[in-house]
Amino acid sequence: MTRARELANLGNNTTDLEAINTVYDAGGLTGRNLIINGAMQVAQRSTSTSVGDSATYKTMDRWQIGINGTTAGRATMSQSTDAPTGFGYSMKFDVTTADTSIATGEAFGVLQRIEGQNVQHINKGTSDAKVCTFSFYAKGTAKTYIAEFRDDNSRQVSATFNVTTSWQRFEITVPADTTGTIDNDNTAGFLAIFWLHAGSDFTSGTLNTSWATSTNANRMVGCDSIFDSTSNELFITGVQFELGETATPFEHRSYGDELRRCQRYYQQYLNPPLRGTMSAGSASSRTGMILPVPMRATPSVTFTQTGATSHAALFNGAASYTISSIQASYLADFCIEFDFNLASAPTAATPAALYQSSTLQSKFAVSAEL
Amino acid sequence: MDITSAQYRTDFDGNNVCICATINGVEMFVPLDSNNNEYAEIMRQVAAGELTIQDAD
Repeated sequence: MTRARELANLGNNTTDLEAINTVYDAGGLTGRNLIINGAMQVAQRSTSTSVGDSATYKTMDRWQIGINGTTAGRATMSQSTDAPTGFGYSMKFDVTTADTSIATGEAFGVLQRIEGQNVQHINKGTSDAKVCTFSFYAKGTAKTYIAEFRDDNSRQVSATFNVTTSWQRFEITVPADTTGTIDNDNTAGFLAIFWLHAGSDFTSGTLNTSWATSTNANRMVGCDSIFDSTSNELFITGVQFELGETATPFEHRSYGDELRRCQRYYQQYLNPPLRGTMSAGSASSRTGMILPVPMRATPSVTFTQTGATSHAALFNGAASYTISSIQASYLADFCIEFDFNLASAPTAATPAALYQSSTLQSKFAVSAEL
Repeated sequence: MDITSAQYRTDFDGNNVCICATINGVEMFVPLDSNNNEYAEIMRQVAAGELTIQDAD
């Protein structure tokens, strides 16, 4: 019986406290999915890019490329509109460069890190540890891949899944683990990983299907390689990790809701609304803005000019002043301030705003990824 | 994380406030916060003798 049905039935028997407890112990109807951007709706950085060269965040928010060693394989990772009924997007890998000579230490995949403070209710590392379920939709070139789950104590458990050319929903039970308490903080406490390519360092043992201290040889046994042909492709969406022994229907969220969740880790602005002051000289103008979503930690910042002219400018209501150099002077999880030096000096201190025009644009990005 | 340069930047009073680093080919201002991934990696590479943070100009 689905949780929705269980809740509906409560209307017929409101004294059934045991049923009520069962429903709420399992997490209720909202807030079940611990994965962010599981439906691949948000892609602030890019909707399509090449992957395989570095272990970074490239396209869909919260989904990081995982790499061990160096693979020659490359794929285009994109936000695809090829998706199962009820979904608008999927994460697509389309291989562009094959790698048929897999070095022993190579591995390639895509993963999501979850803050430890967000998974305390699975009671990992306690006598009351809970069984969880990981579910997702996938299709692509017929292959066997690996789903791996790791905690912040170097413990892990793996499972295989067999992709076919038709969409299917996979449901993987993640067993309870009474060992390895997850730190209750804002660091990465739990990882869910799709491994798509692995060398013998990771495949030469016996697949570890129960929680245990991580042994590389047992992590990806049986994993095919997505890079064995440029004909290969893979689509994934509807990723959900939840408390309980059965997969419930995917918890769809609005775009706005999902964007806010993603912005805890990454925010990007074209023509950011920076406001501040110019000094009466070419040095030490300062502008800043409050971030709409407080971030996980103090972020790193990049600032780039994107317009046709080479430098952005500050505007004080009378004239614009070209920026000659930039520095992020004050960074916090809730605001950003930049110091600017100007190519020419205003004659007096004045209010200032980052000047925007069709040819004079700028972009800044702040990142507090796990 | 490919870090090819790192230099402290100071505020008006001369205090170090961040590190200007080139990471994976992108210039980035990195806060002095151990919870920040880029800062943690910079300090790991410094401790391993793989990277030196230049003083501010």
